[in-house]
Amino acid sequence: IDDFCAYPEDVPSNLPVFTMDYPRIQIPFEITLWMLLASFAKIGFHVYHKITIWVPESCLFISIGLIVGAIMHSVHEEPPAALSSNVFFLYMLPPIVLDSGYFLPIRSFFENVGTVLWFAVVGTLWNSIGIGMSLFAICHIEAFGVQDINLQENLLFAAIISAVDPVAVLNVFEDISVNEQLYIVVFGECLFSDAVTVVLYNMFSFVAEMEVVEPEDVFLGVARFFVVGLGGMGFGVLFGFVAAFTTRFTSRVREIEPLFIFMFSYLAYLVAELFAISSIMAIVCCALTMKYYVEENVSQRSCTTIRHVVKMLGSISETLIFFFLGVVTITTDHEWNWGYILFTLLFTFLWRGLGVLVLTQIINPFRTIPFNMKDQFGLAYGGLRGAISFALAFTLPDSIGRKQLFVTATIAVILFTVFLQGISIRPLTEFINVRRTNRDIESINVEIHSRLMEHTMAGVEDLCGQWSHFYWKDKFMKFNNRVLRRVLIRDSRAESSIVALYKKLELQNAMEILDTVSGDISAAAPSLVSLEQEKKESAKPKKTFMAQDLKNMHNLLSKNMYKIRQRTVAFTSKYALPNDNQPREILIRRHASIRRSLRPGSFQSTIPNSQKYFSLPTGQSLGSKYPSARRNDHETMSEVAYPTRRSRFSQPKRSSSGAMMPLHRLGTLKEVPSTDFLNESQGESFGKVHSKPRTGSSHSDSRFPAHRRHFDPPVDNNNGSADDVRNEDEAEEEQQRQHRGALRPPPSWAAEPRDDTPRNPLLRQPQWNPKK
Amino acid sequence: MNPEPEPEPRLNLCVIPVSAAVLLRLHQRFQFLDKDSRGHLRSEDLEAELSENPIGDRIVGAFFQPGQETVDFPSFVRVLAHFRPTEKNRTRDGVQPEPANSRNRKLKFAFQLYDQDRDGKISRTELLQVLREMLGLQVTEEQLQSIAERAIQEADLDRDDAICFDKFRKSLEKVDIDHKMSVRFLE
Repeated sequence: IDDFCAYPEDVPSNLPVFTMDYPRIQIPFEITLWMLLASFAKIGFHVYHKITIWVPESCLFISIGLIVGAIMHSVHEEPPAALSSNVFFLYMLPPIVLDSGYFLPIRSFFENVGTVLWFAVVGTLWNSIGIGMSLFAICHIEAFGVQDINLQENLLFAAIISAVDPVAVLNVFEDISVNEQLYIVVFGECLFSDAVTVVLYNMFSFVAEMEVVEPEDVFLGVARFFVVGLGGMGFGVLFGFVAAFTTRFTSRVREIEPLFIFMFSYLAYLVAELFAISSIMAIVCCALTMKYYVEENVSQRSCTTIRHVVKMLGSISETLIFFFLGVVTITTDHEWNWGYILFTLLFTFLWRGLGVLVLTQIINPFRTIPFNMKDQFGLAYGGLRGAISFALAFTLPDSIGRKQLFVTATIAVILFTVFLQGISIRPLTEFINVRRTNRDIESINVEIHSRLMEHTMAGVEDLCGQWSHFYWKDKFMKFNNRVLRRVLIRDSRAESSIVALYKKLELQNAMEILDTVSGDISAAAPSLVSLEQEKKESAKPKKTFMAQDLKNMHNLLSKNMYKIRQRTVAFTSKYALPNDNQPREILIRRHASIRRSLRPGSFQSTIPNSQKYFSLPTGQSLGSKYPSARRNDHETMSEVAYPTRRSRFSQPKRSSSGAMMPLHRLGTLKEVPSTDFLNESQGESFGKVHSKPRTGSSHSDSRFPAHRRHFDPPVDNNNGSADDVRNEDEAEEEQQRQHRGALRPPPSWAAEPRDDTPRNPLLRQPQWNPKK
Repeated sequence: MNPEPEPEPRLNLCVIPVSAAVLLRLHQRFQFLDKDSRGHLRSEDLEAELSENPIGDRIVGAFFQPGQETVDFPSFVRVLAHFRPTEKNRTRDGVQPEPANSRNRKLKFAFQLYDQDRDGKISRTELLQVLREMLGLQVTEEQLQSIAERAIQEADLDRDDAICFDKFRKSLEKVDIDHKMSVRFLE
């Protein structure tokens, strides 16, 4: 009976049929409700998409929070006690930082790490000290009535409000596709300025409570700064390695793999908090270190799960924070002081602008791509304040007399920057970046050629690469390969090859479907030329184009031309998961066109039928591993009907199972030269398979495998359903390992697609072309 | 291994088209791309970097002389030298050969990306191929044909259904090629 009855004093006469027990579930219930409310708001905004273009999401959440706060205030309800510093720093902040750290574009980041740290550390210091000093200066003005704030308190306050928050800025930057350098610097700066601010805050709050500041205290402060920063990084890296190492052994417990990621990152955070070192740095470094190795070890599903959950947690935390910001704005007791607050605003802008100018001047000579004025404007104007400042303001010790004033001022600054700057940064950036060309009378020619040139330049830039920090990167990569990967990655060779293999087969299927469905030009490649001839010969009259046609053409071009590759976009859209459809599509098509272009008639005659095709190492059946029955079809069909096409794919060497890896031709394995020759010679003996009928493109053959190599990378990170394959792949692994004698080449830097595509001839299965 | 060309002082632009510092960096980059340390690059090495570029294979092709399969360091530099930003106040004396990064040469580079068979004209086929590479899959055959048709109409004066280099250059006269086809850090 007691189970039903929560209030023992209510002694029921009968068995209660229906009771309510609110206090028991109150806390989880309210948390859930708040989260749901915030999420509904999020849904609501995206229903009308245009809003989010003009108004950043943070503004919207704050507004909703304001409304809710007003409602609560009018019914005299207290806001949830969710804003104690503990709750914020222990529960709400880690997901956000983890989100930022996990999806940090590593390559760009490390290329710009000097600039990022420069702006983050020195910039924040500059801002804090500048604002603090100037505020202290105006404190002496009697009219404002704030003489009681001493220097330390001013500095403390200044530290709080110099923390930059990236949310709104990055949102806008992505949409405008601002240049990569600027993006990564803002992103990195925000991440690290949080850390720096927290350090400064701790330092200054400690100092604020002291009566007298000795010079040695300053020195100790600096020392502490380094301890905190480097300690944070150290802890992070340590936990990252432990996590990576753990995932090496999780092949049998796939369901809980994501858990390790979260637990270890959180642990890094908490341990750093324990020692009062920078927990933000810790969790970011942990995520960075972990990500690379973990994503190789865990299954595809776990990988997807991890990404989704990280994004989800980060997103919800951010939403809640802004939401509460709005609520609390209404419900706290404010102390308003016109002078102080207005001057705070003024100094915030002033010092940020000055800071960016001065710092850029100093660091520009060291950069390969210096910042121009537009970039600097973006940097300066993009200094929005947000959640961290808010939380820090609330955790000010009560011993500070003017705590309420500080809280109010912080909230004022946040609201001002988020609303005003957040909303206006988009139009301003567009205004500054406005293209001067006349958009309407551009001819089709110019549009096509311009796009070609842009792609060319993107390509040339990629070829030139970025060459700062090359030396260290190289060294690190070598170390990585020799030591780290061996230790931390489960089976640094065969595992991923199976998955990649499967994906490739899937994709080749897809490609084939695309080819037949879209009526691609090249599908009729041999006939294209003849088609053109026919057209010419029929002397068709010159087609006249109406204005409407032209307009349609322009539209078509602008909508359908591939965008110039942006190195950052794929990974850093803050509200979305990485999306690499476009590069993948490009690769698929290039691959397909290469294949087709190698479909010359002359191949057909030279292949003796006695050749055994492919691909599988002897004794292995493909069908058992791969779900699609179609694959078996391919095999049989190809064998019987299209011997020639197969030859195109399978490079010579079909005789021995050991030779199943003619992938060596790809040249990424060290042993390439030797096996290459081996291939060639054996190929010769099979009747000159390698005669290259195509003139002038003698390197096309060797290009061909290269394409396949690059087929894989962008695909790697997607949600393939290769999980099953992965789980059953032990046997395959064994075989693969035997075949792959050589070390894989050093994979590219973490965030980039991996180069380690398998060159298993299984890949080379020619596709069944239903048309034929 | 190819011997590294001596970094020449900046004056000899016609011989070594970039400055010493840039040359050094390019050499480091060359060595990085040349993963097997052969001393020359093959197309796979270059394509590794350009896998996501719709016209990546054309760009790579531009590095190779017809019939050659490898690129050595001087050729690598020579091709990349096309993309140096143009100096504004270079004195023009007729004796000096045209530098690699003149507007004309940049345009010629772009032209040759189209004109794979090197006949001095962009034929309709070639244009269609490039268009196909640069456009997404949603564009139909007819649309593609009309676009190509229009492009040729705009530029083709001598009715041979192709775009010659002069017309190509003329159609781009309003475009700031020097800015568009320059890479900042090759300066």
